[in-house]
Amino acid sequence: MEYRDVVIIGGGPAGLAAALSARRNGVEDILIIERDERLGGILNQCIHNGFGLHTFKEELTGPEYAGRYINMAEAEGIPYKLNTMVTSVTPGREVTYINPSEGEVTVKAGAVILAMGCRERPRGALNVPGSRPAGIYTAGTAQRLINIEGLSVGRKVVILGSGDIGLIMARRLTWEGAEVKVVAELMPYSGGLKRNIVQCLDDFGIPLKLSHTVVRIHGKERVTGVTIAQVDAGRKPVPGTEEYYECDTLLLSCGLLPENELTSSAGIGINRVTGGAFVNDRLETSAEGIFACGNVLHVHDLVDYVSEEAELAGLSAAEFVKRGKEACAEHGEALCLKAGEGIRYTIPNTVDPVNMADKVTVRFRVSDVYRDKQLVILYGGKEHRRIKKRIMSPGEMEQVTIGKDTIPEGISDITIRVED
Amino acid sequence: MDKYDVAVIGAGVTGCAVAMYLCRSEVSVIVLEKEEDVCSGTSKANSGIVHAGYDARPGTLKARMNVRGSKLIEELSETLDFPYRNNGSLVLCFDEAGMPRLKELYDRGIKNGVDGIEILTGEQVRQKESAVSDEVIAALWAPTAGIVCPFGMTAAFAENAAANGAQFRFLEEVTGIVRDGEGGFVIRTDRGEFFARNVVNAAGVYADRFHNMMRSQKISITPRRGEYVLLDKQAGDLVSSTVFQLPGPYGKGVLVTPTVHGNLLVGPNAEDIEDKEDTTTTSEGMEDIKTKALRSVPGIPYNLTITSFAGLRAHGQDYDFILGEAEENPGFFEAAAISSPGLSSAPAIGEYIAGLVVSRNGYKPKTDYIGTRKGFTDVSRLSAEERSRLIREHPEYGRIVCRCENVTEGQILEAIRRTPGARSLDGIKRRVRQGMGRCQSGFCTPAAMKILSDELGIPMEKITKNRPGSELLRGDTDGVS
Repeated sequence: MEYRDVVIIGGGPAGLAAALSARRNGVEDILIIERDERLGGILNQCIHNGFGLHTFKEELTGPEYAGRYINMAEAEGIPYKLNTMVTSVTPGREVTYINPSEGEVTVKAGAVILAMGCRERPRGALNVPGSRPAGIYTAGTAQRLINIEGLSVGRKVVILGSGDIGLIMARRLTWEGAEVKVVAELMPYSGGLKRNIVQCLDDFGIPLKLSHTVVRIHGKERVTGVTIAQVDAGRKPVPGTEEYYECDTLLLSCGLLPENELTSSAGIGINRVTGGAFVNDRLETSAEGIFACGNVLHVHDLVDYVSEEAELAGLSAAEFVKRGKEACAEHGEALCLKAGEGIRYTIPNTVDPVNMADKVTVRFRVSDVYRDKQLVILYGGKEHRRIKKRIMSPGEMEQVTIGKDTIPEGISDITIRVED
Repeated sequence: MDKYDVAVIGAGVTGCAVAMYLCRSEVSVIVLEKEEDVCSGTSKANSGIVHAGYDARPGTLKARMNVRGSKLIEELSETLDFPYRNNGSLVLCFDEAGMPRLKELYDRGIKNGVDGIEILTGEQVRQKESAVSDEVIAALWAPTAGIVCPFGMTAAFAENAAANGAQFRFLEEVTGIVRDGEGGFVIRTDRGEFFARNVVNAAGVYADRFHNMMRSQKISITPRRGEYVLLDKQAGDLVSSTVFQLPGPYGKGVLVTPTVHGNLLVGPNAEDIEDKEDTTTTSEGMEDIKTKALRSVPGIPYNLTITSFAGLRAHGQDYDFILGEAEENPGFFEAAAISSPGLSSAPAIGEYIAGLVVSRNGYKPKTDYIGTRKGFTDVSRLSAEERSRLIREHPEYGRIVCRCENVTEGQILEAIRRTPGARSLDGIKRRVRQGMGRCQSGFCTPAAMKILSDELGIPMEKITKNRPGSELLRGDTDGVS
């Protein structure tokens, strides 16, 4: 069986940044496996700008951002395979893939980095009643058809869900001459970035209806309209609030789901809140030597943070491979990172206080919109630090840094929570 | 004018079964279908159950066809290579008051000639199916029941019929049937006319239209809508047999079953409606079936729902199927009012009707009849060695288009190139499951559209989800065509 030091599953922003980081940390033998016909992942269809402000200190489009990483990977001579689908990963790090030129091949990897990204929540999972005509697209599928294939999906559009891709598509479709009638959001707050609501809806006078959902889809062959209704605090439609919108297209932007079928089949523990693997401060999953980063780990708001997280995964994989050839490092007693009141989850889930880096970035999302609150970090139940926050919302990722030298001995957990 | 020995109206499972059995004789057959593909009406959206045969009233055509049909399906699934699994079924009884009714079902099964049925205690039921509710006190176990892919079976019948000479015309709706004065029929469609010595009415929910053209005793077929919820494969092994509920004060009950593809299916309810095309789902209906199903299997993980859908049963006024030749119009045959257990009965109905047509006309058996058919290639089910060999010979089987179901470009091409082949995205999806998985075609729609466009030589703007009018794209397109 062929051996590779580091195999990276996915050639999007996470996979590329992880590969570069592994290479820069001394690993020669790397393989990126990408299922699409080009590297770059979903960024290729994100032709709007706003990428790279943190990483490159300039505003790039998605393809430009991807292009920078692809060029760096090419310059480093990192091998990759396109049109290649990984069909299984074992806990022993055997990666099986298939492609048209080689058939089915299994590679043994010194370390594996999972970087498969995420997919969109489809209509079925949302249980929208009504007919099943043509003209219902997830926002990302519509984005691909318009931006990559140069095709037009519809002229009169209603968008359900205010995730970032839906917001971006509201603007994109308007530019293409379509009429975006309304964006309905089930929750009392948007799932997208504030800047996207301003730049993609407000600037074009597209109404955002919070606490509203589609209660019926009309049309036999093609969508002819949708009925939208207000929902109560229990997210149930309120009778009498129904409004009919004539449209030929319904876009769904109702959340992203990390694509972890391979991860699950390898027996790796999955966090039900994120839909991604449980990881330690090296972004290592419950399977030794298998790391995860990017949207397959948890859904990010900005690609810059994906790249940053992936660099850590690449570094960790490189260290794991090098260490594997010597003796295994001593593991410390891992501390549990707990999502307290107002926090949905944290990444990582555990921290090893002995072997951790000097600083560990903890990324998380809050569970509601909070104004003028404080983030409190507790070490073993005792307050360590308090950070004032003017506004926090579930649509935007938050992060705090934990310094190795600040952790006292003898504690078993670190908690982050929201307080007044 | 084209002349045929037999014109079959409707390419649903019944029409295709009739055509398939007819083609075992020296008969020229044309199948006329108003939709763009086979299995586009009642046959497409149902429970996919091969009933054992205890439910039908003894002595009826339903009882006879069901018991014979379920045997034929098992045999044909081998020779025609379509997905079928003999998983057995349970009818759950929740209280003492239901026991006489359960016994009645058992007795019926015995009268109908169903093999191996027995009444199990609640304990025995839970030993067999650990997810079944503690409330269950007994159940009727029918080991001969099975599950089938309704589309896979219909496609197999249609392909076998076509391989043996049957012609299929899609998007051709029959508008009238008149006698030609020479013992045959002139069939008018929205696109032309045909002459046929014999006509078989297998028009599903529209069978009343043709029946009433040719018969003195008028009928009406009511579409009875049933809604379903389909769950991810992660939930597919919650139960291994098909779990029914004993009809009782709570109504007819709903079923919980694995599908042949490994998903979990919950449903249906039953609602008589007027519109013969109305397959909309309702929030009340879905809530209703989900709640009822929890009574059988309390742990159904509805958070793993991947889609919901509704189908229409072709419900006649009377209990039984209408099968046979019209006395007042010899040569006009019918398979009408095919409600449940219509899917289970389909090959038996096909065999029966074809037998009547053949014996009336004295058609000779076909000597070069092709009795087998190769099912759609499922790359993910091949051994590693077989898979590699296939990809070496045909690299398109190494290019995965649908990530959720691991469907390759080769499989999609196969779906389009079969006869009759896929002409729409739904046609591909139903044949080879592209887009059937958990992402519900989010990723692979653009790729499948392109393959269909290239293969059929039609522009992307003309690609439909199913029938004309369901074009995927709308509006001006600049750039690539």
